[in-house]
Amino acid sequence: MNARKQLMDGLFYQNPVTVQLLGMCSTMAITTTLFNGLGMGVSVLVILTLANIIIAALRKIIPNNIRIACFIVVIAGFVTIVDLMLQAFVPALSASLGLFIPLIVVNCIILGRAESFAYKNGIGASAMDGIFQGLGYTMILVIMCVIREFLGNGTIMGGLLEIGKDGNLVFGLGTAAGIRILPEGIPALGMILPVGGFITLAVLIAAMQYILNKPKKGEKKAEEVAK
Amino acid sequence: MDWANLFTVALGAILVNNFIVAQFLGICPFMGVSKKVETASGMGLAVIFVMGLASAICWPINELILVPLGLTFMQTVTYILVIAALVQFIEMFLKKSMPSLYEALGVYLPLITTNCAVLGVVLQNTQNNYDFITSVVYGVTGGIGFLLVIVIFASIRERMEFSKCPKAFEGFPIALMAAGLVALAFMGFSGLKVFG
Repeated sequence: MNARKQLMDGLFYQNPVTVQLLGMCSTMAITTTLFNGLGMGVSVLVILTLANIIIAALRKIIPNNIRIACFIVVIAGFVTIVDLMLQAFVPALSASLGLFIPLIVVNCIILGRAESFAYKNGIGASAMDGIFQGLGYTMILVIMCVIREFLGNGTIMGGLLEIGKDGNLVFGLGTAAGIRILPEGIPALGMILPVGGFITLAVLIAAMQYILNKPKKGEKKAEEVAK
Repeated sequence: MDWANLFTVALGAILVNNFIVAQFLGICPFMGVSKKVETASGMGLAVIFVMGLASAICWPINELILVPLGLTFMQTVTYILVIAALVQFIEMFLKKSMPSLYEALGVYLPLITTNCAVLGVVLQNTQNNYDFITSVVYGVTGGIGFLLVIVIFASIRERMEFSKCPKAFEGFPIALMAAGLVALAFMGFSGLKVFG
């Protein structure tokens, strides 16, 4: 497996969110501040990589008929580990993501990659796949967070940085209010409400389709995965 | 039994905190099986069924097994296994005893295992410390809310099929836009408060 090709696939051509259309619940639900998006992206990246490695290592032992159940147990185990670690070390993130950390179990990206990649490939390639697909997911989350936070709240870097009383940048994990760009009253609150999530993701996917379909005409788009 | 409280929970689950448009749970089946009203209503009915049953089964498992043994950290793993087993069991049971219902729901049942609304409702029941009856009511009404939104959305999508839209927006993005408008409409319910 070519690592460079895998990287480009993860970030663009086979991006889990905008091309494979997986894992949209969390993509739209938690992308309200950069802090949430980064935290969620990194959590999924870690879980995806570890689950891919274990499933690739066990792929010859897992019987074909009950493979989905086996995948879910492996994934649920790692999700529980990450959930407890976050509660212990980054309680602010755990509080603001809430239900969506345990719900990574049913995030279609992880099950989808286990089924379509890790179950068929070696450990090294699966680990790379986990990292690059996780990066692609994180990238989309960060883009959505920046757009929604800027338009909906008028700030950037919410939860990470803020301007302190003396005018310097202060780092505050989960507590910082963000750097205000637009004055109060101008931002459209709708963008950080559910409506904004749907519309931002729609525009992002449309942009991705536009870019990917431009050079090669007539190429078939990735089919919609109904999961 | 506090009827007013149950009513608030039910109304909240159907309209105010709707699983799809307010909490973003169960988006995958919502986008995946909403091309036709018929399939959408089949999926909605299956979700009501599974969400109600999952709430009813996971509550005693949590209260009688996990909490007394101090195993609450195993909740996520246990719940997802229970849901997967439940879905499989319902499928086998319906196939044997109610073939007509099985025909109607058949294809959608296996998909429900990975529906985050089902795991979501069970986890919320635990987080909010609901008692048994409230859990079941929350599960069933959550499913009803899911059915309501997916049927509305499917009828919009059926009409959209014949209308023109920019090339880049074809297919999925324009459907997401429509879903955004449904969410906007449901925001109107957010001011709804029952009994204070």
